[in-house]
Amino acid sequence: MPPEATPREAAGPFAALRRLAPDSPARAFAIVIAVCVVCSVLVSSAAVVLAPIQHENALKVRQRQILLAAGLLDPSRDPVGQFSQVTPRMVDLRTGDYVEAGDPVDFDVAAESRAPGSSQAVPDEADVAKVRRRPDAMPVYLIERQGRVETVVLPVHGYGLWSTMYGFLALEGDGRTVKGITFYQHGETPGLGSEIDNPAWQARWVGKQALAADGSVLLRVVKGEPRGEGIEHQVDGLAGATLTARGVENLVHYWLGEQGFGPYLARLRAASGGAADET
Amino acid sequence: MKPEARKALIEPIIENNPVILQVLGICSALAVTSRLLPSLIMSLALTAVTAFSCLFISMVRKAVPANVRIIVQMTIIASLVIVVDQLLRAYLPEVSRQLSVFVGLIITNCIVLGRAEAFAMKNGPWLSFLDGIGHGLGYSAILILVAVVRELFGTGALLGYPLLPLRSAGGWYEPNGLLVLAPSAFFLIAAIIWAVRSWKPAQQEKDEFRIHIVHRTGAS
Repeated sequence: MPPEATPREAAGPFAALRRLAPDSPARAFAIVIAVCVVCSVLVSSAAVVLAPIQHENALKVRQRQILLAAGLLDPSRDPVGQFSQVTPRMVDLRTGDYVEAGDPVDFDVAAESRAPGSSQAVPDEADVAKVRRRPDAMPVYLIERQGRVETVVLPVHGYGLWSTMYGFLALEGDGRTVKGITFYQHGETPGLGSEIDNPAWQARWVGKQALAADGSVLLRVVKGEPRGEGIEHQVDGLAGATLTARGVENLVHYWLGEQGFGPYLARLRAASGGAADET
Repeated sequence: MKPEARKALIEPIIENNPVILQVLGICSALAVTSRLLPSLIMSLALTAVTAFSCLFISMVRKAVPANVRIIVQMTIIASLVIVVDQLLRAYLPEVSRQLSVFVGLIITNCIVLGRAEAFAMKNGPWLSFLDGIGHGLGYSAILILVAVVRELFGTGALLGYPLLPLRSAGGWYEPNGLLVLAPSAFFLIAAIIWAVRSWKPAQQEKDEFRIHIVHRTGAS
């Protein structure tokens, strides 16, 4: 290439562009760069302009999934109105105490896990769900009846086969029995791993005993219909999506364990066992 | 409207349909047609992307050197698909979730790149735009036809409104489970191809090979 035909000069005024030979590499460079600049402006402005509406939608989807996990969703009505029966609280993961920190409804767990000063790295040996970092405080969503916690919905996430799966795990007020599981965001294989969204599979979780009385996590995702001993702790996996199903098992283990909501659930169990006043 | 413009717009719907004659864009036609609503949105998205990518590609066709034209076409198509995807996420989040990856996969839909390369690189912007809309409509016609059959007879409903009373709900209609699965779209598209080619024999392809009768020895 001759020295004067560099892309820097060619990208200048149109006159310089026309002087270049039609098939010269410099001309090709200049035109590709110009097309890319125009396209990137188009794409990024669309993303920026639409971001607030998408954020609103994402929030609505999460509220819908929280209600769905708790078994309270009336699909014919707007989820935002129904969300008033849910009491969102923030929980300090280390102590298990309720704290005032941030907005528990509009909580972006991926961003909060990286927030300097209010998040921490998860030690490798405890990081079964490959979450890497966790926020110091996470939201929980309570459904209370007559002053007692009837259902608690925990935000959970963990790595599947391709992607981090974000969802909600609802437990009964006893802090042990699964009431529902849903996912609101994942990138698992359509038709195989994405079957974690299948209501028929999610229904298999309902009523399973996830935790022992001492707080150890017993729940397992197994191959085939669970039978025999331990049936109350086992959920049938997904054919063709072994690694995704294992990822779901891992995230349940992580978030119900000591590094997740374990300390909080221990308090919840103590409160419901002793019938003490929660708040 | 000039005859050539009319031809660019109308011809791809039946005479030169991208799905049933050119057999392009089959992947998404199988994947999204189990329900009518996602099919309608997918049709709209593909028509918009094809029309505008043809328009923009035709506008820059003389400036783009031949050796980088595919890259430029892909850049324009990909940008438009991202914009359409972002719009769907903002205004139709539920349908966007149902369509999942298939909106993004419009980038690799052969109809879009095919029209860009075969038509928009050789014709003016207005004609290319109409050609893009025409091919989008041709794709939409097949998608909607397949989706109506699949949703109506697979679930007894259309756009979610129950039309055939299901036996499980005390009615008389037993839904056809096969129609909910992707292979049924293959059968339906094949049936449409058969019907159209019987109606318009000019679309029939000549045999590229002939099966010869081979004499075999011994019983089989």
